[in-house]
Amino acid sequence: MILDGKCPTGPIETSWDRHRFEMKLVNPANKRKFKVLVVGTGLAGGAAAATLGELGYNVEAFCYQDSARRAHSIAAQGGINAAKNYPNDGDSIYRLFYDTIKGGDFRAREADVWRLAQVSNNIIDQCVAQGVPFARDYAGYLDNRSFGGAQVSRTFYARGQTGQQLLLGAYQALCRQVQAGSVKLHTRREMLDLVVVDGEAKGITCRNLVTGQIESYWGDAVVLCTGGYVNVFYLSTNAMGCSVTAAWRSAKKGAYFANPCYTQIHPTCIPQSGDHQSKLTLMSESLRNDGRCWVPKKQGDERAAHQIPEDERDYYLERKYPSFGNLAPRDIASRAAKEQCDDNRGVGPGKRGVFLDFADSIKRLGEDKIRERYGNLFDMYEKITDENGYKQPMRIYPAPHYSMGGLWVDYNCMSNVPGLFVLGEANFSVHGANRLGASALMQGLADGYFVIPNTIANYLARITPGKVKDDHPEFKRSREEIQGQMDKLLSIKGKKTVSELNRELGKVMWNNAGMARSEQSLKEAIKRIPELREEFWNNVNVTGVSGSTNQQLENAWRLADFLEFAELFVKDALHREESCGGHFRVEHQTEDGEAMRDDENFCYVGAWEFKGIDKEPELHKEPLKFENVELAVRSYK
Amino acid sequence: MQWYKSSLGKKYIMAVTGLAMVLFAIVHMLGNFTIFAGPGGINAYAAGLQGLGPGLWLFRLALLTVFLVHIWMGVSLYLENKAARPSEYAMKQNHRTSFSARTMIWTGVILGAFIIFHVLHFTVHAFHPYYATFVDAAQRHDVYRMVVMGFQGFPMTLIYIAAMVVLLLHLAHGIQSFFQSLGATNDATLPTLEKGGRGVAVVILLGFVIVPITIFFGVIRL
Amino acid sequence: MNLTLYVWRQKGPKEKGSLERYEAKHVSPDSSFLEMLDEVNEDLIKSGKDPIVFDHDCREGICGMCSQMINGIAHGPDTEITVCQLHMRKFKDGDSIYIEPWRAKAFPLISDLMVDRSAFDRIIESYGYTSAHTGGVPDGNAIPVSKVNADIAMDAAACIGCGACVAACPNASAMLFVSAKVSHLGVLPQGEVEAARRVKAMVSQMDAEGFGNCTNHYECEAACPKGIKVTFISRMNRELLKAIPQVEKKAAGGGF
Repeated sequence: MILDGKCPTGPIETSWDRHRFEMKLVNPANKRKFKVLVVGTGLAGGAAAATLGELGYNVEAFCYQDSARRAHSIAAQGGINAAKNYPNDGDSIYRLFYDTIKGGDFRAREADVWRLAQVSNNIIDQCVAQGVPFARDYAGYLDNRSFGGAQVSRTFYARGQTGQQLLLGAYQALCRQVQAGSVKLHTRREMLDLVVVDGEAKGITCRNLVTGQIESYWGDAVVLCTGGYVNVFYLSTNAMGCSVTAAWRSAKKGAYFANPCYTQIHPTCIPQSGDHQSKLTLMSESLRNDGRCWVPKKQGDERAAHQIPEDERDYYLERKYPSFGNLAPRDIASRAAKEQCDDNRGVGPGKRGVFLDFADSIKRLGEDKIRERYGNLFDMYEKITDENGYKQPMRIYPAPHYSMGGLWVDYNCMSNVPGLFVLGEANFSVHGANRLGASALMQGLADGYFVIPNTIANYLARITPGKVKDDHPEFKRSREEIQGQMDKLLSIKGKKTVSELNRELGKVMWNNAGMARSEQSLKEAIKRIPELREEFWNNVNVTGVSGSTNQQLENAWRLADFLEFAELFVKDALHREESCGGHFRVEHQTEDGEAMRDDENFCYVGAWEFKGIDKEPELHKEPLKFENVELAVRSYK
Repeated sequence: MQWYKSSLGKKYIMAVTGLAMVLFAIVHMLGNFTIFAGPGGINAYAAGLQGLGPGLWLFRLALLTVFLVHIWMGVSLYLENKAARPSEYAMKQNHRTSFSARTMIWTGVILGAFIIFHVLHFTVHAFHPYYATFVDAAQRHDVYRMVVMGFQGFPMTLIYIAAMVVLLLHLAHGIQSFFQSLGATNDATLPTLEKGGRGVAVVILLGFVIVPITIFFGVIRL
Repeated sequence: MNLTLYVWRQKGPKEKGSLERYEAKHVSPDSSFLEMLDEVNEDLIKSGKDPIVFDHDCREGICGMCSQMINGIAHGPDTEITVCQLHMRKFKDGDSIYIEPWRAKAFPLISDLMVDRSAFDRIIESYGYTSAHTGGVPDGNAIPVSKVNADIAMDAAACIGCGACVAACPNASAMLFVSAKVSHLGVLPQGEVEAARRVKAMVSQMDAEGFGNCTNHYECEAACPKGIKVTFISRMNRELLKAIPQVEKKAAGGGF
């Protein structure tokens, strides 16, 4: 089937404004009759719930954490982009739009990206009004920096805690609505099912993570803001609780999953130190502004960094990409690090790491200047590795960080299941095959504050509020099914723990579908994943009961979903016979090892329809049209 | 809710009443120094105070109110704070607080008891009714004689010195707390005020104990 | 390294709890404290016992979910750190480690080391925000903010809401948390407009939650993983003093 993104036609500069005018509105007096369920309280969810509540809708918001303030958006360090052009360095909405399309390797929709660039300016204004303490200059105006290799300074930041500050802004706006009575907050709840009645999303089934109760919530629309799925690699920079569960269970209820193979591997993470490791820690890529990446020229070199003379060091990024050097985009920098390690020139324990050396910058600027810029990152590095980054080079290695793929949505952020909206990282829309730095925060808030409040009305205006409530038999059926799953998981009483199996899945995914993918590696994964799934359902050991706090059970169902989703991920990667952005197929590269896109055959969004476990998913294509930018080879040489 | 019932309101009241008593203590201490001018000095000072008539009683009443309010707030803070942590830690380490901060309620209780004792001793003459009969050459109450006799015994001197050490502990935390509780500190001044508060507390200790010590060692005598 | 743990186990708020002894064997000094607990839990599961329940999420020191009293120190023996960032090299082979939950009436225990910190949410709900509507706000540069004030606001806003201040306070007081939010918003022109209403409402809610009172021990500052200073408490004391004379008919969410 050919999917239609329902993008506005005509000049792109006015597309969002025209679309807003064309959409239906809900009468102010009727808004409170509509109940909207918002799942997840990160940047997208928090902003959406707060704004919808403020508009007068009857909102219920859900999060698995103990407070809406803890979603993983909080961990974003670097900043948020906006086309304000405050520094007068040539930025514009068009340039932000162009950079995002190009950065995404021409695999995102033009209209969505334009809208993102357009509302980016409103986001900054909104956040300032909320009291987000952005960095300022001595004149009292907002400070900008260049980030992630952008040629203009368009990144707004709040020390190294931009994500935290933006999230707290959204959380506080949400709290204001809770106080006003327009939003009801349900914390420590995890969504385990989407309830679909007559083809439309009408509610969710949750587990209360404290009491273990399976609960039903009805709503006239469901807004999923449940983040990304890179924990499918087990070790990632995501929080421990990040999972594909809400998105995947919606996919199993009919929502299409788009481009699951587009995942971002972030180049500047602290390498794994051993098998005990539970997560990887990211350090802001701003470090690459002053640090130089290198590995020893000699293979298997066991010497310490300071013993390796200058002429025996390979500054591989500067060598391969003379014009961008150490600031090459994330996917390129990550892959280059992997190549060095694969070539047995990695450093540190396990030889999976490269040096990020500040010696030259310290010599040039002084240690104090470097401390002023990155002090908190050096401290964090030392806390984790016990090494002093000022005295010896840091060791870094790429780690899974962000998923560009997600549930398929149209221009209105609505999935193919009417009434199911998907925002932020959980959808696939604006980043194409690769996300640029400081644009995830921008997307989450754009969707939450400025897109969904407009587009949801267009859907709600067409339906009758409260037509289906939680006394509908579909809710009971869903509860029983979920309870059945819990009971099944607890009854297996096998030999392996959830985390052992989780690690195994992670290893398969990282080795076969990580930074570089080949037909052979992907086929191997397609064989291994169902075996692991089989082993999981026969040999997992989940202790405790379902009727109380049970963190093992939580991990178990999250893994169960990853085990199903991983197969789709790999199938998508196998079907996409090209290299683009975060998706690198070794068969499709230029002579000097760069990604080679195939615009003739793959210039489309691949949206997969779930047909049943152990059944082939069906691929639906949404062709991508580029009318405002020219398809070009993405070169950073 | 009324502001004075809030947790911050209680802090303000503690701070203000505490300061009033510290100021009183300083004036009291300075008054004590008149003893070094011999019987003429302190007896004249005492007579001057008595000469205030109703003013003295008004002052005493105000002081008593301040004293009672401070105790009332202190005890209620203590009880509320106990209730805020119903089960204690099996192990707890402290890094920043001091012995004096942690014992405020106990040093407060001891001081309260001591003040009653002190009033009974030198104001009401409850232990030695004949103190009231001491009269000097100018027909004034002979406070000099009363004080010197009062501190000649070792136990009494010890009680007074011990009480002043307790006062030191109470003020070492109390004085800087006054500034913090009324919002008069910042990153630059807080460390100074903490040290300064302890310094003032030591000065007050020395100022008070110098009288019983000099009497005990016979520097001041009848 | 090998360690002996004494961990607080309590099935639910009504059940009786106690310290249980566990052996943590072959712990890597490079592992984080939570990874050490993960391994203890793996052993417990394999021997058919219930694993230790503890809150955790981001494991990079920013979400504020982890909350353990380790050897009597909130977030354990290191400066400006959360449990998830604490590494085992801070301990010695053969050490005994006591692990307890945050203890405060306002943080009722849920299970083992997991407590309910929703009191903090209710305090923010009471007025921990600016009443800015989405849309219809001026340009971000319309109101200049002095760099000094922007930096103070950021220092205060760094709070992660973990509750270590309450856990470490001898009085289980939440003053550091509340004062950080009062200061963050109060120092910015965007938040100053409603500063008086805010401080009254937030202090009222704080008191209603059953936290203790501040008696200036400053243990909160010593425990804070984000280095929030007690001078913010002083700032809040000042804000309320200024606010008391401003009488209003009705402040949002209570107040006085």
